[in-house]
Amino acid sequence: MSTKSKSIKSKTDFNQDERLKKVSNLKVLLNRPELGALGGAILVFIFFGIVAGDTGMFSAYGILNFLDVSANLGIIAIAAAMLMIGGEFDLSIGSMIGFAGICIAIPAIYWGWPLWMSIVFAFSMAVLVGYFNGILVVKTGLPSFIVTLAMLFILRGATLALTRLITGRTQVPGLRVLIENDPIAWIFATDTFKWVFTWLGSMNLIALRTDGTPLATGIPPSVIWFIALAILTTWILMKTRYGNWIFASGGDKNGANNVGVPVGRVKISLFIGTAVAATIFATIQVLDAGSADTMRGTLKELEAIAAAVVGGCLLTGGYGSAIGAAFGAIIFGTVSMGIFYTDVDTDWFKVFLGAMMLIAVIFNNYIRRKVTESK
Amino acid sequence: MSDYLVQFNNISKFFGKVIALKDVTMKLRKGEIMCLLGDNGAGKSTLIKTLAGVHKPDEGEIIFEGEKIVFDSPKDALDIGIATVYQDLALVPLMSVTRNFFMGREPLKGPPFLKTFDIEKANKIAAERMGQIGIDVRDPSQAVGTMSGGERQCLAISRAIYFGAKVLVLDEPTSALGVHQASVVLKYIVKAASQGLAVILITHNVHHAYPVGNSFTVLNRGKSLGTYEKKDISREKLLSMMAGGEELDKLEVELKEMNRISS
Repeated sequence: MSTKSKSIKSKTDFNQDERLKKVSNLKVLLNRPELGALGGAILVFIFFGIVAGDTGMFSAYGILNFLDVSANLGIIAIAAAMLMIGGEFDLSIGSMIGFAGICIAIPAIYWGWPLWMSIVFAFSMAVLVGYFNGILVVKTGLPSFIVTLAMLFILRGATLALTRLITGRTQVPGLRVLIENDPIAWIFATDTFKWVFTWLGSMNLIALRTDGTPLATGIPPSVIWFIALAILTTWILMKTRYGNWIFASGGDKNGANNVGVPVGRVKISLFIGTAVAATIFATIQVLDAGSADTMRGTLKELEAIAAAVVGGCLLTGGYGSAIGAAFGAIIFGTVSMGIFYTDVDTDWFKVFLGAMMLIAVIFNNYIRRKVTESK
Repeated sequence: MSDYLVQFNNISKFFGKVIALKDVTMKLRKGEIMCLLGDNGAGKSTLIKTLAGVHKPDEGEIIFEGEKIVFDSPKDALDIGIATVYQDLALVPLMSVTRNFFMGREPLKGPPFLKTFDIEKANKIAAERMGQIGIDVRDPSQAVGTMSGGERQCLAISRAIYFGAKVLVLDEPTSALGVHQASVVLKYIVKAASQGLAVILITHNVHHAYPVGNSFTVLNRGKSLGTYEKKDISREKLLSMMAGGEELDKLEVELKEMNRISS
């Protein structure tokens, strides 16, 4: 009886909606670009929960550890995703990380600049590099793949050559002592919510060192930056005019131009975004390690792009999400750390990374066809 | 003096030695649809780009609402209300109906420096506008890629009208469409004109142009073969003018000959 009335009701619903085919909430969700990455991240956590649940991976210390790795990758992956949505690539992110590192270290150690000034200097250089990448791509119309590949070599080479010229070596240590009392460095070098961990430690809820302080001392700065950037960029994409311009520039730059979107300016700003993100990454790492290494960031551009792709960005632009790239980074970060807690040889991580990316591209391609096909 | 909304007088455009357009004259009143007919290579594209402000005419003048004007860029043309809908429609298939509708001209809300894209308002307007042309956008956040060709064309036209077009230049709006879709678009064009817009409809399809046009200008090899009111010209005559006349006449004679022999 009840089933019968129900079926009649659904039929009338159908008639009312004869032409307005109702799109279920599930389908709306399925059409979101970040769905694959979210699902992937959940699967990864379930997997390690089963395989490595009792190994300490999910202790406070373990969690912060893989979150830190994820967050570092995430900072550049989000910027790479924004640029990809805008229809371009940046292969110079990794080299920019190395370059930014020595832009901080050399002035601070060899020229006696205050640390904050070196950090400001590094960010200014990032804006310049990003602007140069952008203006080159926009003005020449060349594929950004080629232009930024050239920049990958130029920046890395210049980093090495200049560092050796000035210092006679390829690493610049000695930064740690400068962090204290610096007006800016703390933004990139402070663990936050320490009191939570101290409290948790005093309640014996998390592991302690022999001296009684907790093993996990606070949320690393990378995680805070990562979360802040994920929120900011998602807000920009979904809620601002500039966000709409990013989608438009990547989706169809001629069309966007014809209706008055400043496509060139949008793209240049996104290139500046990736270079600045690389510099945030570099600053956090350099201050954490206390030294700058000219080879820092090698291959990071590819990992960032991989995370963006897993996060639902199309290689052709115009589609994707920042939060998806964040989930992509969490997948990679979690697996790269989690693998240590399993019996699997860590050599297999790259196999996983590649396979994930391949699956993501196939999945994204399918979604794109679904979204664009005419009825 | 004149009751014309816009006049293009003796427009000529040269590319080096090539004469792309020579002495083309067109005049439009409000609410009028002028069809610009021409075969491939007749100079239609050059003329559109001249109307849209992409090219500056080398000779001739454009008079809009009684004043002589010169366009330095497509934006100038757009600003006074001459909106061109190109064949590619300037729509991004992966973006939603709303985001496409307001692309580059998003409504904003909120305090200064923190203004956000007013998506609710945009959704409402987009759905309303599409509803007026009989296209039920069940969900304005659906991707434009899911719409049919005719619906996309209507969206592009509707967008141009919403943003203040007085003269609508349509580049082959029906060329990629099936019969039914084309008739939907044509109906919409007539409706737009009846609301006071002047429409320049560029096409090579006489069968689409003839039912909706008030006047017809035929272009051939960069020259205007004249402008005719609908009452002064038949569909067949237009067709033969477009194709260069003689060729079709000759064909007709030959066919008659063949018929005579076979019968």
